[in-house]
Amino acid sequence: MASMTMIQALRSAMDVMLERDDNVIIYGQDVGYFGGVFRCTEGLQAKYGRSRVFDAPINEGGIVGSAIGMGAYGLRPVVEVQFADYVYPAYDQIVSEAARLRYRSAGDFTAPITIRMPCGGGIYGGQTHSQSPEVLFTHVCGLRTVMPSNPRDAKGLLIASIENDDPVIFLEPKRLYNGPFDGHHDRPLVSWSAHPLGEVPEGYYTVPLESATVFRPGADLTVISYGTMVFVSEAAAQETGIDAEIIDLRSLWPLDLETLVASVKKTGRCVIVHEATRTSGFGAELAALVQEHCFHYLEAPIGRVAGWDTPYPHAQEWAYFPGPARVGAAFRRAMEN
Amino acid sequence: MSQGASLRLHVPEPTGRPGHETDFSYLHLSRAGEVRKPPIDALPADTGDLAYTLVRVLDDEGRAVGPWVPEADPELLRRGLRAMMKTRAFDARMLIAQRQKKISFYIQCLGEEAIATGHALALQQGDMCFPTYRQQGLLLAREDVTMVEMICELMSNERDPLKGRQLPVCYSMKRAGFFSVSGNLATQFIQAVGWGMASAIKGDTRIASGWIGDGATAESDFHTALTFAHVYRAPVILNVVNNQWAISTFQAIAGGEATTFAARGVGCGIASLRVDGNDFLAVLAASRWAAQRARSNLGPTLIEWVTYRAGAHSTSDDPSRYRPADDWAHFPLGDPIPRLAQHLTAIGAWSQQEHEQTRADLEAQVNAALKEAERFGSMADGHVAGAATMFEDVYKDMPEHLKRQREQLSSEG
Repeated sequence: MASMTMIQALRSAMDVMLERDDNVIIYGQDVGYFGGVFRCTEGLQAKYGRSRVFDAPINEGGIVGSAIGMGAYGLRPVVEVQFADYVYPAYDQIVSEAARLRYRSAGDFTAPITIRMPCGGGIYGGQTHSQSPEVLFTHVCGLRTVMPSNPRDAKGLLIASIENDDPVIFLEPKRLYNGPFDGHHDRPLVSWSAHPLGEVPEGYYTVPLESATVFRPGADLTVISYGTMVFVSEAAAQETGIDAEIIDLRSLWPLDLETLVASVKKTGRCVIVHEATRTSGFGAELAALVQEHCFHYLEAPIGRVAGWDTPYPHAQEWAYFPGPARVGAAFRRAMEN
Repeated sequence: MSQGASLRLHVPEPTGRPGHETDFSYLHLSRAGEVRKPPIDALPADTGDLAYTLVRVLDDEGRAVGPWVPEADPELLRRGLRAMMKTRAFDARMLIAQRQKKISFYIQCLGEEAIATGHALALQQGDMCFPTYRQQGLLLAREDVTMVEMICELMSNERDPLKGRQLPVCYSMKRAGFFSVSGNLATQFIQAVGWGMASAIKGDTRIASGWIGDGATAESDFHTALTFAHVYRAPVILNVVNNQWAISTFQAIAGGEATTFAARGVGCGIASLRVDGNDFLAVLAASRWAAQRARSNLGPTLIEWVTYRAGAHSTSDDPSRYRPADDWAHFPLGDPIPRLAQHLTAIGAWSQQEHEQTRADLEAQVNAALKEAERFGSMADGHVAGAATMFEDVYKDMPEHLKRQREQLSSEG
């Protein structure tokens, strides 16, 4: 075990996979010599050489499109899009090609690629450094969408994603890169070294895809969340005194339905929390699933806390970001019914 | 207030429209044998002249002339001619099959047969092509691909290797070096570059060949592919098939006015050639040059193949609504099949009689293949892969939600 930040844990996952599998190749903008704008690939090029870890032109469609070609050849590329906000030029390659290649060729060709992208707000990133576009991927059949919330899961999920033979969208909440964040932006930054989930095994291990985890057990209501909002929900539970059972989905789609359903059947109440905008957000799918599978157990309407249906603003960051106060209010509403 | 005339938007138009003959002088043609052949290690910047001229081997009398005459024994050229004739016979029969409602849709490559078949003969086993929907010649040139398996895909029947999931002509055949055809234009051009990069990363000897039409060069993935191919010196041949038309849109609207598509390659630092796409010998020679260049670690080559889309865009298209009905007859580069036949006849390796006999044999082969494929049913008679197979291959292992949906289909219909 070693104390790692999420950045170090992600780097460790790539180091492990570069070592284990000669077909693993890592590239993206500023990923090679410089080691990434977030340091996630620092030292990897020096260790494995320029043919395994290299810099790419600023062209997201090219980064993903070439990775699909490499996947068709038989490699296992792990590519980076510098910010999730910049994935849109690659959307055609992701949706029309990576996601459908196995299906349309009846398994003749596959795209075993992992696309890493830092996502989420809470860092004064403004419109194009804060978005949470996960629903654009969960809606696409053939993709797996994954988002860790802590160093230990980040490493295990990334290794599992790289090893997975399906294309994986691997979203990394950059607000959690250096430490857990519960939405209290006015308090000092906490480091992962002070958190038990910052203790990460040094070698190879996986956290299986399609497995959610009960982040905080509770009896009063079920919170379904992922990424930064897991910590915000934890703070809200503490501050409201409501004994919330917080589920960290980890794999957004395909997901671990059983864990969700078991929890909601136990608590009878459900609040869904995500940073992404509300309308047609992933929370809508989660609410529908809970409604379909737990209708007779529900004692209150399913609550949703999300980003407002606006572009992500700069100066109004904390009025936009769903913090513990807004999440706590949703918990209380769910308990009032 | 500004001085001078008002600004005007320029919207390119083809010279020929229904009822008006096309003026093909825009094509920048060269005489056969006129264009130089550089060494394979030519610097990209030194191919500038080649991007604005036209590599041609066969002259109007069917003689092979100039520096690009390929070393090819008559048997290889006869094989090439048969492959072109087979492609044309296949297309003709499949067009009829579409009209007979045996298949739902078809795309022919009439007039463009030399490019894919000649290119296929220049590649080696293990190389990977990333074709568009108009490179069926890559498959039909191969002796290890049967027309029956191709027709089963066209019919979406019980033997369709793609299990009825794809539109007709969107073949996928990894063993034949033929990447899965996508409906989304240009996407495969950058994938070809990635495949070539992978081969280089692994220290392999295989190369990639990407394909795109004139119209699709306007897609961003065209530019992406050129940039990546240049940056990483990828072992890839970047083929632009300029057949002058993108459905109803003349190539000038794609950006071809007063320039060439080959010139884009030079601008991106890629060695580029502009080649007579209806000259089988030129296709063979240029493809070999580019393949050898790629295989020698000398980097990518862009080839603009100048040809003409003689047929309708697809079975859903009526070209008489946007271009002259007799346009192909006026196209200065003619028809690739009689041009090669004329050459082979001149060197005593072909005859009118053999031509007619070959055509009859190929037509019989296509008919027999269609008949055999029909034994496995068609979409029209409901002999398709079972509905439950629809849920397979979305992922490697079927997730729970797809198992539930498959169950729901079987219980509720």
